[in-house]
Amino acid sequence: MSKWAVPILAVLGGAGLVLSVYLVFCQTPLQYAMLANGRLDGSSLFYNQKIFYFHVAHAFVLFASVFVSGICSIVFLATRRPRWDDIASAATDVSVAFGAVVLITGSIWAKAAWDVWWNTEPRLTMSLLLWLILVGYVLVRRYGGVSADRIAAGMAIFGMVGVPFIYAMVGQDSHPKSGAEGVVANLGPDYARAFGICVLTFFVWYAALVVLRVQGTRAERELRELRERALDLGVLS
Amino acid sequence: MASAFRQAARIAWKDLRVELRSREIVYTMGFFGALIVVVYSFAFPRDTAIGTAATPGMLWVAIAFTGTIALGRAFDREREHDTMRALLLTPVPRIAVFLGKAIAMAALVLAVAVVCAPLLALFIGAPLAEHPGELALAIVLGALGIATVGSVFSATLLKVRSRDVLLPVILYPILIPLFVAGTKATAALISVPAKMDAAWYWITFLGVYDAAFLVLSLWVFESLVIE
Repeated sequence: MSKWAVPILAVLGGAGLVLSVYLVFCQTPLQYAMLANGRLDGSSLFYNQKIFYFHVAHAFVLFASVFVSGICSIVFLATRRPRWDDIASAATDVSVAFGAVVLITGSIWAKAAWDVWWNTEPRLTMSLLLWLILVGYVLVRRYGGVSADRIAAGMAIFGMVGVPFIYAMVGQDSHPKSGAEGVVANLGPDYARAFGICVLTFFVWYAALVVLRVQGTRAERELRELRERALDLGVLS
Repeated sequence: MASAFRQAARIAWKDLRVELRSREIVYTMGFFGALIVVVYSFAFPRDTAIGTAATPGMLWVAIAFTGTIALGRAFDREREHDTMRALLLTPVPRIAVFLGKAIAMAALVLAVAVVCAPLLALFIGAPLAEHPGELALAIVLGALGIATVGSVFSATLLKVRSRDVLLPVILYPILIPLFVAGTKATAALISVPAKMDAAWYWITFLGVYDAAFLVLSLWVFESLVIE
């Protein structure tokens, strides 16, 4: 990986963030609904709805990350090359932060839309469960001792296979009326462009953080190996 | 393949015989399960709609708690005299080792559930005996799922110092769909009138979950448990 990957991705992500904030706040329609008698519908969200662009973009990253670490873990177990384990570990570390953003913004949105801080809404529950798997992975990695990489890889694979089951499980719950479809349905075509840019921005940003983390892990390993070699040679004591 | 199953059965029987001689896990975990139920009986009102509505959750939380501790303890036995290494060195396929362990674990988890369910019916007054066949099926499938995933990770955690804490940290996020499905199946069975459609949906869910994770475990066990 070239040393320019992180700076380029970071600059792209920063520019994308500025652009997406502009698009989201200046170029997309406000979400509200009129009743037949000319009064405002009580379920209108106005600026509260803008959180949708950031919430859902982060949720996409979280969801993708479960598969990134799952697939990298499969390759790691099959080939035993630590570079795949580095990617899985970095992806999980970063997506724990992204998942926290999903849960916090989801909670804020739930307060605005349904006037409760938490609701067992299918997508919110799904994000929470995926996030719990990732947090478990990070904990195993940290406290698992020498075989932590193997155990964590197993957990990532099992977590990935569990995704369809989580999906089937939460899909059975009744879905509140003003959920994601309800909001998106009456926004019109303008929102799609801003939403697309938002998703792209956060994926670029995520990639930048993952690459940075992988490089950090590699540098750490190289340093450890150099140190061991120096100890063997008697240069260090 | 047939011989692999026979070897698996032999390993399972070895584990169960160790248990039958000391009866340590069955007695202590059965008592622990009973204690959990007694605590519930103080925490939740008896013979009310709340108590009945909470019963499925109580049952599956009790199974989850006792199941994880039983798993940890059962694999501790292999660690104490380093017999896991001996087991892995025996000239049988790893798959047979895994299957044998999983069968024995399922039997242990099931034995504890058999203690908890009647006690819940007794202390909370929940109508758990309305559809005993379906409820038993749900519990058996749940125990199989816990034992399958649990055996893989208990075996990998054998040499890790903080294994007692890490086992639930790993297992619960993965097993949440199983616990929820079991809870919902139980809830559908004890509601009046029983919602058999919903119950069978969730029992099928448990069956598919078990099958998927059994295949995955068979495939992953060999590369996860090296020692």
